[in-house]
Amino acid sequence: MLIKKILSMLFLIYCSAVGYSQTDIDAIMMSKNNFCTGFMYTHNSWDQYWEGTFKRNNQNLGTVSSQMIGVMGNYGLRDNLNLLFALPYISTKASMGTLAGQKGLQDLSLTVKWMPIEKKWGKGDFSLYTLGTLSAPTTNYVADYLPLSIGMRSKTAMVRLMLDYQVKHFFVTGSAAYIFRDRVTIDRPSYYTTELHNTNKVDMPDMTNYNLRTGYRSSTWIAEAVLDIAHTQGGFDITKNNMPFLSNQMNMTRAGANVKYTFSSIEGLSLIGNVMFTLSGRNVGQTTSVGAGVFYIFDFNKKKNKS
Amino acid sequence: MKKITIYIGSLLLLLAFMPGCNRSIEDRTKELPMLEPVKTDADAGDWKPVVLATPTEVILTAPLASNNAAYLRELNEIKGLQQNLTDAQRKTIQYWGAGAVLRWNEIMRELVAKRNLPPYQNADGSYPTPSAANPFSYPVFPFSNPPYAARAYAYVSVAQYDALVAAYYYKRLYTRQAPYKTDTGIKALLPENTLPAYPSEDAVVASAAVELLKLLFPADAAYVQQKANEHMEARIMAGMNTRSDIEAGVTLGRLVAAKVIARAANDNMSKAVGTPAQWAQLETDAAAGGEVPWKSLDAPSRPPMLPFYGRVRPFLFDSLTTIAIRPPAPPSTSSEKFKAELEEVKYYSKNATRDRIAIVHNWADGVGTSTPPGHWNLIAAEDFVPLRFSEVRWARNLALLNMAVMDAGITCWDTKYFYYNPRPTQMDREIKTTTGIPNFPAYISGHSTFSAAAATVLGYIVPAKANAYDAMAVEASNSRLYGGIHYRSDCEVGLAQGKKVGNFAIARGQTDGCN
Repeated sequence: MLIKKILSMLFLIYCSAVGYSQTDIDAIMMSKNNFCTGFMYTHNSWDQYWEGTFKRNNQNLGTVSSQMIGVMGNYGLRDNLNLLFALPYISTKASMGTLAGQKGLQDLSLTVKWMPIEKKWGKGDFSLYTLGTLSAPTTNYVADYLPLSIGMRSKTAMVRLMLDYQVKHFFVTGSAAYIFRDRVTIDRPSYYTTELHNTNKVDMPDMTNYNLRTGYRSSTWIAEAVLDIAHTQGGFDITKNNMPFLSNQMNMTRAGANVKYTFSSIEGLSLIGNVMFTLSGRNVGQTTSVGAGVFYIFDFNKKKNKS
Repeated sequence: MKKITIYIGSLLLLLAFMPGCNRSIEDRTKELPMLEPVKTDADAGDWKPVVLATPTEVILTAPLASNNAAYLRELNEIKGLQQNLTDAQRKTIQYWGAGAVLRWNEIMRELVAKRNLPPYQNADGSYPTPSAANPFSYPVFPFSNPPYAARAYAYVSVAQYDALVAAYYYKRLYTRQAPYKTDTGIKALLPENTLPAYPSEDAVVASAAVELLKLLFPADAAYVQQKANEHMEARIMAGMNTRSDIEAGVTLGRLVAAKVIARAANDNMSKAVGTPAQWAQLETDAAAGGEVPWKSLDAPSRPPMLPFYGRVRPFLFDSLTTIAIRPPAPPSTSSEKFKAELEEVKYYSKNATRDRIAIVHNWADGVGTSTPPGHWNLIAAEDFVPLRFSEVRWARNLALLNMAVMDAGITCWDTKYFYYNPRPTQMDREIKTTTGIPNFPAYISGHSTFSAAAATVLGYIVPAKANAYDAMAVEASNSRLYGGIHYRSDCEVGLAQGKKVGNFAIARGQTDGCN
């Protein structure tokens, strides 16, 4: 089961990490005519952030937190071709200061995940995946209100190449992605980055993402350690004591762990939990994320067979 | 299988490039038509300057005759430049050709936005104050907050206007033709006009701006000078001015700027920050009157922003008038009316609709922006472009606007610190805001005062849009109530006060000889 969340990567970047354990980034495919769906809850918070390279707190924000409830799903078009979606509802708040938190439905993402190669190699199994994701905001939420906006409002397209190697129950998965980000329209007619812009359109720098995960994988348990690196290709630093802006350079390196348990007593039901810490960053909060989810697989093959 | 591979592969490629295909930024003013004034305003040397008594208060010597050998050598410089113009140089000519006053107004807005950052606190929770004597060390001077910016826009606009009045006076006196008229081997790369070329109006505008901006934004002096050099070179390359036209403009601009800077040095701005003892006195006085005194809602608590800016000498009236036109007191913090107004703010705080947040953010003009005065300069500049004013009319109109906006700031700050009224959130911590709470008292709203003053002046300059400007001012004013940072009284009285100041500017405009 694999659910995903691309925007997590972008959004979690500042407002907090929406770390799903069930992501498109794992090397697992949904079988043909199976539909896995469920909910994920994630809590993200930070009280330290990087203003450029300067790490600081801010008594006018205190702890910035966000809560995400996402509905997501993955349908097996074929055994090696899956279609995934995710749609999160997010609410944000700051524990100190006067700024009002925001809440609302964020961005819908759709992913095509394809495994063109799966073969024996040495003692284990090698597989290769390509993923393509589109995301777009589903509501007219406020973007230009960092760090309390619920998202960036940028339409994105991502391509990812992923390799997996598994020997018995131990595996390594590595992937690299490039994320194209469309310009964003904000509510003001002019803004300053490193120069004055007389427009309400903001060009968003693209992003790259590298993800490495390794651990134990069986039909009942998955336990993995994760390293995730996201980099903005361009953008500028928050100047001293300024507010963050959408087109800042936002980088972060995060590490954490995922656990997934699939029940054998109730076929198709699984629970997941995860935690992610931010090791280093630039123009982002040092987010800690804790998430949990429940998922269920509907097998349409069975129904067909029965009927 | 192969078909699917190709299909998916091309789908992924398509996905990948969809948002990436349209990447050039849309900036409304990067590429504008060349300025071709409807009227040359050749007699603007008779218009009434602001700081100068008359244009002859600054002396500009006569240019060399057009048959003088040194002048002919200057013409050769232009021919040489025009033989080898690069695309980048042509772009520069076009950029500055949209209008000298316009471009310098944009540069000013850029500097204000760049420097509009409140200082970060010291380790002990106190705050450092930017120092003009030491502009590069943190905190960089200045912190161009709204009152600072209002005054900066006004002084630069006034210096440019006065310098242009003097320039047009000497143009008419000396009647030296533009190089492209003197020598047929020189092309005019910008629209031709009948205005004499000596001194160069562009050089006057650039030079006056450079001198004032070196004073107001010392940390950016090098950037400003580089822009001015680029601007003046562009005029020579375009065949519009010789080097001596430019140099005469620089000289004249400097002479006028010196007079304007002398005024700025004695306008009380240097005392606007005040001292800790004075800050404490403001609080004591307000409490003695039985009112809840304003407190900073920044953490750590920050000293009030420019509490004695109300004593800065205005352009359109004197400081006694500042006191005479001060609005009556706001509703007492213990009155029923106050409670009702606080409830209204709370309603908007709790019911922040998407439409209202858009209004709040459109007009917020907070940290890191060109401030509300800058926003009104943007509105003015973009509306002036299609009206094709001469440079001197551009400068006169922006000077009227910015004098009104600065004086609106002065009377507004005078009122704020006279009553020292608390912000809504200070009285009810449950009131959350959708924009930052400015670090100064509530009554009267700065946005409302600035905006009504600006809208009143702009309605006088562009009568066809007068109603639209008024509506914008009301929206800017409401945005502060919607954002949860102002009571209705702050907004309504602020609008009325701004209009009052705007009318002073109109009275000046009616008698400055421009119409």
